[in-house]
Amino acid sequence: MHAINYEAPSTLDQAVSILKAHGENARPFCGGTDIIIQLRAGVRRTEHLVDIKKIKELRNLSFDAKKGLRLGAAVPCIEIHENEMMHRMYPGLTEAAHLIGSLQIQNRASVGGNLCNGSPAADTTPALIALGAKARIVGGKGEREVPVETFVLSPGRTVLGPGELLVEILIPAPSPHSGDAYLRFIPRNEMDIAVVGVGVAVTLDGEKVKSARIGLAAVAATPLLASKAAESLAGKKLDAKVLEEAGRLASEITSPIDDMRGTAEYRRHITGVLTRRALAIAAERAKKN
Amino acid sequence: MSKKTLVEATVNGETVEFLCEPRQSLLESLRDILELTGAKEGCLTGDCGACSVMIDGRVVCSCLMFGVEAQGTNITTVEGLATTGTLHSLQRKFLEHASLQCGICTPGFLMAAKGLLDRNPEPNEADVRYALAGNLCRCTGYDKIVKAVLDAAADLRTHGEGKAAAR
Amino acid sequence: MAEATTNGKYKVIGTRPIRHDGADKVTGRAKYGADYTFPGMLHGKVLRSPHAHAIIKSINFDKALKLPGVKAIVTSKDLPSVANKLEQAGEMAINPHHLSMNILAHDRVLYDGHAIAAVAAINGHIAEEAVRLIEVEYEVLPPVMTVDVAMKPGATILHKDLRNQEDGDKQTNVAQHYQFKRGDVAAGFKAADYVVEREFKTAMVHQGYIEPHNAVGIYSSDGTATIYCSTQGAFEVRSFSAQVLGMPVGKIRVVPAEIGGGFGGKTTVYLEPLSVLLSKKTGAPVKLVMSRAEVLRASGPTSGSQIKVKMGATKDGKLVAAEIWMAYEAGAFPGSPVGAGAMCIITPYKVENFLIDAYDVVVNRPKTAAYRAPGATNAAFASETVIDELAEKCGIDPIDFRIKNGVKEGDAQTVGPPFKRIGFIQTCEAIKNSPHYKSKLTGKNRGRGVASGFWFNAGMNSSATVNIHADGTASVVTGSPDIGGSRASMAMITAEVLGLSANDVRPVTADTDSIGHTDVTGGSRVTFATGMAVYEAAQDAVKQMIERASKVWEKKPDEVEFRDGKFFAKGNGVPPMSIKDLAPRFSRTGGPITGRASVNGRGVGPGFATTCVDVEVDPETGKVQILRCTIAQDAGKAIHPSYVEGQMQGGTAQGLGWGLNEEYFYDEKGILRNVGLLDYRMPTCLDLPMIETCVVEEANPGHPLGVRGVGEVSIVPPPAALANAIYRAVGVRMLETPMSPPKVLKAVLKHGGSAQHSAAAD
Repeated sequence: MHAINYEAPSTLDQAVSILKAHGENARPFCGGTDIIIQLRAGVRRTEHLVDIKKIKELRNLSFDAKKGLRLGAAVPCIEIHENEMMHRMYPGLTEAAHLIGSLQIQNRASVGGNLCNGSPAADTTPALIALGAKARIVGGKGEREVPVETFVLSPGRTVLGPGELLVEILIPAPSPHSGDAYLRFIPRNEMDIAVVGVGVAVTLDGEKVKSARIGLAAVAATPLLASKAAESLAGKKLDAKVLEEAGRLASEITSPIDDMRGTAEYRRHITGVLTRRALAIAAERAKKN
Repeated sequence: MSKKTLVEATVNGETVEFLCEPRQSLLESLRDILELTGAKEGCLTGDCGACSVMIDGRVVCSCLMFGVEAQGTNITTVEGLATTGTLHSLQRKFLEHASLQCGICTPGFLMAAKGLLDRNPEPNEADVRYALAGNLCRCTGYDKIVKAVLDAAADLRTHGEGKAAAR
Repeated sequence: MAEATTNGKYKVIGTRPIRHDGADKVTGRAKYGADYTFPGMLHGKVLRSPHAHAIIKSINFDKALKLPGVKAIVTSKDLPSVANKLEQAGEMAINPHHLSMNILAHDRVLYDGHAIAAVAAINGHIAEEAVRLIEVEYEVLPPVMTVDVAMKPGATILHKDLRNQEDGDKQTNVAQHYQFKRGDVAAGFKAADYVVEREFKTAMVHQGYIEPHNAVGIYSSDGTATIYCSTQGAFEVRSFSAQVLGMPVGKIRVVPAEIGGGFGGKTTVYLEPLSVLLSKKTGAPVKLVMSRAEVLRASGPTSGSQIKVKMGATKDGKLVAAEIWMAYEAGAFPGSPVGAGAMCIITPYKVENFLIDAYDVVVNRPKTAAYRAPGATNAAFASETVIDELAEKCGIDPIDFRIKNGVKEGDAQTVGPPFKRIGFIQTCEAIKNSPHYKSKLTGKNRGRGVASGFWFNAGMNSSATVNIHADGTASVVTGSPDIGGSRASMAMITAEVLGLSANDVRPVTADTDSIGHTDVTGGSRVTFATGMAVYEAAQDAVKQMIERASKVWEKKPDEVEFRDGKFFAKGNGVPPMSIKDLAPRFSRTGGPITGRASVNGRGVGPGFATTCVDVEVDPETGKVQILRCTIAQDAGKAIHPSYVEGQMQGGTAQGLGWGLNEEYFYDEKGILRNVGLLDYRMPTCLDLPMIETCVVEEANPGHPLGVRGVGEVSIVPPPAALANAIYRAVGVRMLETPMSPPKVLKAVLKHGGSAQHSAAAD
């Protein structure tokens, strides 16, 4: 690896000022499970790493019945899995966080880092999209909030400008009779990158769908919000035909590639399958809430 | 070469200080600077788990962490698993069950298994398999590793870590 | 652990003692190649080709040499020119010229990852930066990636000097054509009621050892060199390095470090000659360790292949004819295991009429190396799937079909003399009688498959010495690097002969100057051949001690007997002496006792295995989940049953990985895309069930203890067993490995979607 500098500030202000000082040559650093590999392989180059794990605000995980969830950018995935509230309120996101790599990885990696890495195949991003999550960013020209579905611009590139830092992810409190789910397809049972990932959130009105959101991963250059597929469910009972149609609409907006993880054709097919399956799981959960 | 940083940490119960470059991984720091070569390099991408160590009670891949990040942490490596020359129950059970062939993955498996048993003293086969999924073994097909971890868990439940080790 | 022996004749053999190197390996003390450091040691890195096929027009390393901390750079110009002829080395043939070109590309690069130059610097990071500063100018050529493309008339040629003797001495990519035949194939097919003809493809796969290749080279000013490395064969490293470097064999000492897996992949050299070359140029020890990407791109995986199998059977289930065409990717240089594959493909069965054509084909991929039963797994994937289909057509249970046609003592091999005592039928019967095969498999999209495999096993050369210590314990020294617990077996054999406990014998793996020549740890040969040497060396020690006891008792040697670890004098009432009693008297009776033996392991007993696997297929995604797996294998005699089971389970796991998800994935430019363990998908703990084992013990008459060797054949059946199980689960015959989800889904959709199938293995 080329030579780097490392700093670990303890306040947000310090972090932002270091990032600003070095501009393009600096990058926030959290679990390191992606960036260390990228620096070693020479696919990303940065001179200054700013370790954000010592900043208290970024380690916050709290829930408020009105304001919803505040998930600090540096909260390791394992803390989500070990949080009983998370399993109850956001089982889909919790499952997604628990699917990222091995326990060794989950002990280091964060949902925020997963998002900032900008991979189209990030496991937690479609789960966040389904939940209508927003990313709170500081630095640059001040503070801003960005919907997660617009956060990633292209593989490895995000809306974060030089000097900017993701502070936390904000997720609305689940409405009554709602549930979320995340499914990914991989060839093995662990350790693979998603061939396709589908996150869904469903709110029911009796037997019928009141509203839904669907996030997709690994099927385009960025994670996607599948609006048309989600909207097709409104006012309908989730029977086989409706699920099939939602799956079809979800796969319609994909623009996958052929690679060692799967062919484009295969990914389109799996998008439909997982969309159906995830919706069924989320609906079951919604019925119980 | 970039400037070296002084890092102070607790390694296997002892306070140590070492100088490392920021680009040096914890694995490199342990192996090349502290001469603790028990953690192995298998992939440098967090996919094989051979470099697993415990940081403040959590198992991590030391190849995906910088040495400078270890400042102020408590690190346990495979070298710290046995106490005053007496093998940990996991180490004994790995030997009794012939859970290693070449042995290169063994330190990582032992640390991952310890991470599991510290949190879940009564794991079933599925729990063990999940906890060890980040560690690749190419020799054994995992069968004898899983059996050893289940047996060590039973042993630790019966005898406790101290007593089990003393037997 | 149970201490019961599996055979009443023995006291130690068949028990399960703790391995002697175990404590070091669970405490992190065991020293593997990468764990060695020496004062003043430098670190090396290798520049590798970014192209699959190109001419090297120029190399400029001025900038790299100027980087502070860089000490030396070597290219092929630093290598002597060596003989261009084939030499047998272990299980694979080696051409020193090709080996040299593989160590450092001469004038052209032949695969993505081909080594071009090596740098030594004060640390690995600087060496790596220097590698990036080396400028190479290439003239890129079209890559030839598969055997069908390579064999086409007019194909781009990899080696100008490779010529086809069968076809007017034209340039070719076909390095070798083997043909094996017997009987009258046309007449055989005429007699068949059922004929199945299928074409198969298998992907190139890697051994996947967790420890990357490593070497520390120390060149001394007196012209000698020492190499510390993790290798399956220290003597091969010595002779190959000597050939490539133009050094006399006697000037190189190779110290085998602990080895983190090999499976055949660590039977040749990559970094070892470079470490010596860089050490010579810098005057310092130089360590090189491959990254995982380098291991995948530039070590020796095993061949991808294309195989056509046509087989016929009569309606009562008798195999009558086989016609087979097979072509294996050799990689960039000749030497695929296609010959071995051809000699294995129908060997488990009595087939009176066959014709096998086999082709060794060079392509722009890394030079293949041995991988556990090299060539046999590809072959069995094809033949064992066709056998399954014929059994189905005949309406016979697939195990019964194998028993009906299976070879026994006295039956012909594909090549060579008839079989001596073998245990193929017994492995089939063990599966048939297993709780697994007797259980009923229920549930949708589930299926059970079986398949069998054959592997020759190897003999070759081994040496051993047994030293008796002053306290009556012993050490046993061999030249076989211990890759899976063989040291324990060597100690157990010694202990059995000497009447000691396994704990009283310390096993040691020696360097090339400290033990007689010993061939590679491979070919399932260590427990067989090195075990034979150890057995004889221990017997030699016993013979010498009988003489000493006779001196003590003032008797003739033939008046002294050794049994149960004690010496008995015939006739008089003198109490027996143990080795412990005798040992302190060695000095006074003629000096220390060292038993010695060197053997050329004849009497090899071939290995057979039969595997049964249950799967569930998700017909919507094509994903195959393994539910249950049992393997029966003939060990001859299991010295340490735990490590025999371990070989069976490990080989099975590799075979299952090969069958389901492992593959080299090259893009259209011939660049390897999956260069890490994230995308080279070996099975994890969560992908496999417990692997049940049935150890069959049909003693090998060619070995004093009945040992056959168990290291390899377990990998052979699983891909075919999976294919047969998938067929019974969802009704599709998979003809290509890996049977990864996209391929299975495609086959299922083509077959008519998620049709339900019975789970029965009928």
